[in-house]
Amino acid sequence: MKIRTRQKIFQTASFWIFRLATYTILAAATYIFLDIGVKGSRTLFTTHAPFINVPFLTQRPQTLYVFEYQGTKYTLSDSEFRVWKTQHPEEVEATSVAYSAGGVWPCIVGTALLVIGSMIFALAIGICSAIYLSEYSQNTKFIRLIRVAILNLAGVPSIVFGLFGFGLFVIFLRWNVSLLSGWFTLGLMILPAIITASEESLRAVPNGLREGSLALGATKWQTIRKNVLPYALPGILTSSILGISRVAGETAPIMFTAAYALRDEMPWQVQRWTDFVFQGVMALPYHIYVVSSKIPQNEYTERMQYGAACILLLLVFFIALASIILREKARKRLSW
Amino acid sequence: MVVMEKETEHPAPPLEPQRVVEEEPRQKVMINVSDVDFAYGDHQVLYDINMEIPPRAVTAFIGPSGCGKTTLLRCFNRMNDLVDGAHISAGKIELEGQDINAPEVDVVELRRRIGMVFQKSNPFPKSIYENVAYGLRVLGATKKSIINEAVEKSLRAAALWDEVKDRLDSSAYGLSGGQQQRLCIARALAVEPEVVLMDEPCSALDPIATAKVEELIYQLRENFTIVIVTHNMQQAGRCSNYTAFFYLGRLIEFGSTSKIFSNPSERKTEDYITGRFG
Repeated sequence: MKIRTRQKIFQTASFWIFRLATYTILAAATYIFLDIGVKGSRTLFTTHAPFINVPFLTQRPQTLYVFEYQGTKYTLSDSEFRVWKTQHPEEVEATSVAYSAGGVWPCIVGTALLVIGSMIFALAIGICSAIYLSEYSQNTKFIRLIRVAILNLAGVPSIVFGLFGFGLFVIFLRWNVSLLSGWFTLGLMILPAIITASEESLRAVPNGLREGSLALGATKWQTIRKNVLPYALPGILTSSILGISRVAGETAPIMFTAAYALRDEMPWQVQRWTDFVFQGVMALPYHIYVVSSKIPQNEYTERMQYGAACILLLLVFFIALASIILREKARKRLSW
Repeated sequence: MVVMEKETEHPAPPLEPQRVVEEEPRQKVMINVSDVDFAYGDHQVLYDINMEIPPRAVTAFIGPSGCGKTTLLRCFNRMNDLVDGAHISAGKIELEGQDINAPEVDVVELRRRIGMVFQKSNPFPKSIYENVAYGLRVLGATKKSIINEAVEKSLRAAALWDEVKDRLDSSAYGLSGGQQQRLCIARALAVEPEVVLMDEPCSALDPIATAKVEELIYQLRENFTIVIVTHNMQQAGRCSNYTAFFYLGRLIEFGSTSKIFSNPSERKTEDYITGRFG
């Protein structure tokens, strides 16, 4: 009797340990999302129509000026401050807080450009290599070596990718800090994940479909293009969703290769169209890094920090949502 | 003994294939297999196979599991090329006198001439129409009228047209198991092959669907050379003209179905057919 009771207690205890461990994840996720969501929404939303802080989404980051004038406290952005000054010529003692006024529009654009370019690069190279590995290659020593290389590449920290990109693209190829350098660095970073996942989705396509197609006199390439790849695409898209979130959120690979802390022109304001890929951009994760660690912190900096973080989360959420919708559409067409 | 009687009675009804066969003179050989040894890597599975498969007839391969009948079948359209390390280590296989493993033979062209229906029906996740049209499209057919015509002809030949003509655009996965297998047969017929290989086409079907496919196979004999692998001896008896019995990688006996079933010359064949082993 006694032994059974002890076993029962033991079982209940271990069950609770497992349960609590699982709940920890939920608690952590809730805390992070609530914290950023609540603090960020103070920046993103307003109490009056149109309820969304449009300037924050459409302006570029500006310096914030805080000063007292005739008993009233003013917090003005750089552009507002200049206008104010023309109306009040007298000297005021203003504290300036870098990057804490204005909005994050150039960062949103820059991040979007980085995501699109690097995903195109990574998907093109990744799907091609996955097709080669899963459909064409024999299981030789060399191919096994390649697989080990891919696995190792997946484990390389992102800062190392950043340094690699800086050395190869920025310095050796003289692309400087540019979109192109960023695309290749980010693309290489997520390439292993894309290859591994694409190969798995290709392998998941039943062999009967390949044999059926080949037996009808289709060439190997026709078989792959018409009867394997279309069915593997939903899986490949799923893997690219994770890739998108990583590309959009990583700071380390772009801080040396593609990101500027502040840039006045928007990416389309280039003199020649060829300059487009050779320009650096502002990017959300790097902007968050700059505003939260490179400038002195005070009560006025939080607005920009949490606003930018919240925007980044929303951006990743919406890109992922779009990919999921795309995937479901592709799946429906197949009725697997 | 009861079993034996049952078996020997069975080959005849309802189509009485053996009589037809014996009237037909054996004009030529469609597939000639001479002295073939076959191995997966170091593991030899076929030993010294010799056989002549006649045109426009149904040839059945029977034998217990693992005796190499499917392997031999897959040699005919070189499906074994897809298996790592699989190779014919001796002998050769000729299709109308042409060595199919000769370097100048285009394997894609060979597979167009030798169609195949698989054990597990494998319709593509496309519409019924697109399944049948697939082979034509990969051959480069683009004209709608030609494809329409070929699709209808193949579906009629596979005795499926009446069942699916109103839903050609719906998914092939909505068909029943037997219909799916007949769709796969239609798909194979669409590219107008000379030989159709069938690898246990009825193993996953219920008796009614099996009967339909068997009837179909028997009709197709008029236009195609058919080689069918089966586990089911009654099936071989019902729908084939010739039967080959394999055991442990060797061809034990090959002859007209009526002879194999009524008066086998080998003891092993008799034992297998009467159900003493296998």
